[in-house]
Amino acid sequence: MSRQSVARAHQKIQELSWEPMYHQPVSQYGTDYTFRKAQKKDPLKQVLRSYFPMQEEKDHRVYGASDGAIRGNMFRQVQERWLEWQKLFLSIIPLPEISAARAMPLLFRNVPNPELHNGQAIQMIDEVRHSTIQQNLKRLYMNNYIDPAGFNSSLRNFQNDYCGTIGRQFAEGFITGDAITAASIYLTIVAETAFTNTLFVAMPAEAAANGDYLLPTVFHSVQSDESRHISNGYATLLMALADEGNHQLLERDLRYAWWNNHRVVDAAIGTFIEYGTKDRRKDRESYAEMWRRWIYDDYYRSYLVPLEKYGLVIPHDLIEEAWNQIWNKGYVHEVAQFFATGWLANYWRIDPMTDKDFEWFEYKYPGWYDRYGKWWENYNRLSTPNGHHPIVAEDVDYQYPHRCWTCMVPCLVREDMVMAQVDGQWRTYCHEACRWTDAEAFRPTFQGRNTPNMGQLIGAREWETLYHGWNWADVVKDMGFVRDDGRTMVAQPHLHLDDPKKMWTLDHLRRMGPLQSPNVLLNQMTDEERAAFHASYVRGGPAGRFARSE
Amino acid sequence: MTTATERSVPKPVFTDAEAGAKEFPDSSARRFNYYVPQKRKQTHYEDVTVEVQPDPRHYLAQGWLYGFADGRGGYPLEWTALKAWGSNRPVPSRSPGSGGQGYEWPAHGWHEFRDPNEEWELSLYRYNANVVRQVNANVDAAKQAKAFEQWNPNWVRFVQQHVGAWMHVDHGLGLYLFANANRRGPTNMHNTAMAVNSMHLIRAAQDLALYQLTLDEEIEGFFGAAHLETWNSDPSWQGVREVAERLTAIDDWAEAVFAANIVFQPLVGELFRSQLVMQAAPRNGDFVTPTIVGAEEFDFSERDLRYTAAMFDLLANDREFAEHNNRILNGWLANWVGLTMPAARALQPLWSQPDSKPIRFEDALDRVKSRFAGIVEDLGLELPKELDR
Repeated sequence: MSRQSVARAHQKIQELSWEPMYHQPVSQYGTDYTFRKAQKKDPLKQVLRSYFPMQEEKDHRVYGASDGAIRGNMFRQVQERWLEWQKLFLSIIPLPEISAARAMPLLFRNVPNPELHNGQAIQMIDEVRHSTIQQNLKRLYMNNYIDPAGFNSSLRNFQNDYCGTIGRQFAEGFITGDAITAASIYLTIVAETAFTNTLFVAMPAEAAANGDYLLPTVFHSVQSDESRHISNGYATLLMALADEGNHQLLERDLRYAWWNNHRVVDAAIGTFIEYGTKDRRKDRESYAEMWRRWIYDDYYRSYLVPLEKYGLVIPHDLIEEAWNQIWNKGYVHEVAQFFATGWLANYWRIDPMTDKDFEWFEYKYPGWYDRYGKWWENYNRLSTPNGHHPIVAEDVDYQYPHRCWTCMVPCLVREDMVMAQVDGQWRTYCHEACRWTDAEAFRPTFQGRNTPNMGQLIGAREWETLYHGWNWADVVKDMGFVRDDGRTMVAQPHLHLDDPKKMWTLDHLRRMGPLQSPNVLLNQMTDEERAAFHASYVRGGPAGRFARSE
Repeated sequence: MTTATERSVPKPVFTDAEAGAKEFPDSSARRFNYYVPQKRKQTHYEDVTVEVQPDPRHYLAQGWLYGFADGRGGYPLEWTALKAWGSNRPVPSRSPGSGGQGYEWPAHGWHEFRDPNEEWELSLYRYNANVVRQVNANVDAAKQAKAFEQWNPNWVRFVQQHVGAWMHVDHGLGLYLFANANRRGPTNMHNTAMAVNSMHLIRAAQDLALYQLTLDEEIEGFFGAAHLETWNSDPSWQGVREVAERLTAIDDWAEAVFAANIVFQPLVGELFRSQLVMQAAPRNGDFVTPTIVGAEEFDFSERDLRYTAAMFDLLANDREFAEHNNRILNGWLANWVGLTMPAARALQPLWSQPDSKPIRFEDALDRVKSRFAGIVEDLGLELPKELDR
């Protein structure tokens, strides 16, 4: 269709909506936002007559490339280090995608703009596309990559693994609580507009550098839909800004959504890109450099800051703090180290770092070796069973961290750990912003204002607590992270598949001491013990080191 | 002489990381092992759909993490009055040392539903792209053949008013019933099927709207906005509109889908599309409109009704709650047939408007009632007496 006919067609389909005369559509999701003065425009101007063939054409390209990858033996050139991390990523991501589809109805009754509902419905089916096309990619990896373990059990593993639980926020945050907070601010304004850049553009580029051109094929196709979703979010945000009463809520939600996305997405994608790659060219961008470009410049400076003139209060401090965490406090390195510490509770294999990796990290992050080098040397030394325990139970000067109650990433930047008694329980938080999210933002009142529609943080939020006092072998068995011989673990802290002696089994874990939940222990302490513990914890690190005595 | 600097690009490396290169535990375990297929072999559809939406009753060890203001998270089973076996078992409670085990997969009978259309992204885009291509081709062919010149004025009026009015039904149900329901079903298979149903209806609505745009250009005196007046105030349409709006007001997602696809579509949708428009059009020189309306009819009869019947058949024959479900389904049936039949009957004046008449209204109604009775019988439900009012 010509541009003019698209405009006419779009104008025509506006005649489809009607104001109910007899019954109002059911209202099932609440919001504390109001839309009294909103302008009503649909920026998308997408009609299904052109949409379906367009998506079909995109599918042809994706599936053609998939066939080509198999025929061309792509997996002879794929780096195992890289694809192992895809076991985690591709177990997580179909849920956020389908949750985004489920989120769209939250907006129908709350955003009084029938024009926009058309765009939201298209986003809904886009997200169905993304979820199933990503499941299909995982299926292809399972069928064609050397080690199917972890892919084959993906959706069970993801649901009971602590990394999966962290990632799940990036899905459940879209579909519950205040409808606008969830489906608009958290999903479209922050997750899609800011963080899909690193998820769906930066990470696939790294995949290609590791011999995998299917991930970019699928995810760039996905990303080409995201621009429409970003338009949906932008239109809703402008509508929300028109009512001054919303400004306080927008400020709250941007702070929460920004910080949570940073904590969750930077943890995962930063680790995949920095520790999952074999491409150590000095001129390839580090995750920090990508973040600076995609998130700081493109999102923060080009997208968010211009909205300030409309009254949007931008969390400048938290954006600078996120950068501070990544650049000065080693957030991504701390997370990768923790994932590797807990390799035995996962369902993928984590390759040790080599001298070449060390050199690259030192070049990109000066001072990296002094902080993390020794630990990774220990990881390498302890990677195959030889009478010792997995690294988590060996003395490598690593204090097992407390979980952040809010973002569920552990409190890895030790100096930032905050402790508070909330809802009758002592909780630890990785940062003051996460304490604020739990104790102040997700509450039925906010700064004296009633916010009856705000959601709640629920669930058994500390994985370790479920297994407090359990033997590690029973933990891994309970989660099902065992291969088909009934004893060899899915996870391994190395990539050797051909020597059974190098593979860790449940028998090795049986000899370890019991798993202890840091939070259970914390709540058993007296007030004095807890204060002393906190004082010591925040003096620990970097790289998880215990606090040195005064 | 100048020397070219080597470009910095990643180098291909032979890794031999393809399937079968080595043998080790799990090296040949190449199927998703967390669900049991409906038939002997796992299908592609099942692989990309099953278990994407988690369930705290089996694998979701830490439970839902975000809740609404009332503390409920995820996809509460209580969002419908219907029950599948196992629904009454509590969500496993978690505490220090509880472990993460839930019930064996599947924790309850809702997980047994499979969309017989096996819809996922590849199938839905192929299908709908084919439909819009065919619809476009039909309209283009008609334009080239000057087909619209054969239409008599009464038929032009009929299409602009009444065929046009139907697009509102499609749009309203597509968005506010089916798209809305995609947030509320207990499994990914339910919600995906309902999302696809939603797109069928929204596409059909747009097909009709854009068809009207073409007619505006092709037929002198065609008033493309006439459908608005008809939908807003034509007495023949107010019954349909009232029921359509009432359908979007249903809180229970399963009742909404049941009422729309088991009752309203067969008794009103097929009455209007198959028994009126598609019958009357050829006799009035119109071979195009039936192809557009027929595409929507095919969506419903061959796809949307098929998954709906499979969904409710499972519940009507549930091993634990069949009686409970049948009681509720029969109640819904009686209620919605009672509401729908007057709306169907109110459409009767439309049958006399074309110059060349279609089959009699009563005959048309008998046909859809007979078809409806077959659907109800297949589900093992009781034909409500409200059908004969």
